[in-house]
Amino acid sequence: MSDTTVQETKTGEFNASIDEACARAPVGLLAELTHRCPLQCPYCSNPVDLERVNTELSTEDWKSVMRQAGELGILQIHLSGGEPTARRDLEEIVEEAAKAGLYTNLITAGVLLKRERLEKLRDLGLDHVQLSIQDVKPENADRIAAYKGGAAKKHEVAKWVKELDMPLTINAPLHRQNIDSLPDIIDYAVKVGAGRLEVAHIQYYAWALKNRASLMPTREAFMKTAEIVNAAKERLKGILVIDFVVPDYYAKYPKPCMGGWGRGIINVTPSGKVLPCHAAESLPHLQFDNVRDRPLADIWLNGQAFQMYRGTDWMKEPCKSCPRKEIDFGGCRCQAMALTGDAANTDPACSLSPMHEEWAKVAHAESHTETPEFIYRRMGSAASAE
Amino acid sequence: MSEPNTPKRLIVTSETVLKLPRHIKLRHDAGRGRWILLAPERVFEPDETSVEVLKLCDGERSVGAISAILAEQYQAPVDVITADVIEMLQDLTDKGALKS
Repeated sequence: MSDTTVQETKTGEFNASIDEACARAPVGLLAELTHRCPLQCPYCSNPVDLERVNTELSTEDWKSVMRQAGELGILQIHLSGGEPTARRDLEEIVEEAAKAGLYTNLITAGVLLKRERLEKLRDLGLDHVQLSIQDVKPENADRIAAYKGGAAKKHEVAKWVKELDMPLTINAPLHRQNIDSLPDIIDYAVKVGAGRLEVAHIQYYAWALKNRASLMPTREAFMKTAEIVNAAKERLKGILVIDFVVPDYYAKYPKPCMGGWGRGIINVTPSGKVLPCHAAESLPHLQFDNVRDRPLADIWLNGQAFQMYRGTDWMKEPCKSCPRKEIDFGGCRCQAMALTGDAANTDPACSLSPMHEEWAKVAHAESHTETPEFIYRRMGSAASAE
Repeated sequence: MSEPNTPKRLIVTSETVLKLPRHIKLRHDAGRGRWILLAPERVFEPDETSVEVLKLCDGERSVGAISAILAEQYQAPVDVITADVIEMLQDLTDKGALKS
């Protein structure tokens, strides 16, 4: 008998060789159903230019995306936003996704949900709920989200998820203004019966980049969170799975962004644009196809935006000759663009980038100054704050 | 609803009876020619033997009974198989992919 082994892959990561993976379908599809959201979190991962409701895909468009995703061999669908429950046709989309054999994950802030609706979604085939929290201290949570009563409502939603016997992930974005709550956040996840907790240090794109000086923790504070998480993982083995996302400003090597460009993840925006990552629109030289015009599989395999940085041929030094090039894929193209002006440069998160030292200094300086007021995420607020 | 009781880690022994929770899906991934276990934000890729074990985790058979089936099938010593199976199942249970 062979040994029993089970290989574990987090969505977006890969163990196969590049050629193999590129010839394949993505494992996950991030469906940003809408950019509407009642919350205004200043680190939102949506682009600063939010898409408006009148540009959103129709119910039939989304159902077609779900069917195409299933046929293409995509395994998991992440129904996100904005706030996905702001779409009144979420039920129909979930139903179609489940019919297409997709593993359905609802990424929600929870505040618009009613228990009956959640139960209906479950009965239509929703597999998993990921609920975000801003803090365990209600007043601070509501301040960060600019939404009164949000924390209390979320707590209610967490209870419903468990009462309905659905699996729950708590997602806690971590930053300078809630970092001290980490031990309580971990306890909270256990208390509400979550099976999984995502402790995600903010990634600095879009809104978070605008608010970086309000959000960046000190290196010492970050190191402490790593210790807390490692101890909790050991203590809570078999009780709570904890995934920890580190802030790459304090990393030695860049993160393998999206598990490699055009490799594991595909993203569809509210208006139907198909992106290799949710921040890819910050690369002005890319052309994004739309699901209204072209089949999903064709976009994935041949679209200009996907081909641009797929594999390793596009790389320059120091990536080109780097033994880690198939581990981290040169990091994040959007970060390279934003901070070096060329998306094909090494991500400055990498210690081999000539920009690295300078960028680490920025994190140090900003994390030690007084925090500026948040620029909250809402239509037009970024422009008026310029 | 009252808060759930303090949860405890499930320790897998040969008496343990396991099954896949509803949200964990053992599926054949035809496009990639493999079996997979779909979980929240995870894809597990069990090898051939592990797939057989997982298919036998039906909420009725004990780990010991499953190991006995495999031992016969592979003509291997049952204690060796049992240790191997427990290790695999404990790992997946810790990751939330199996429950009692």
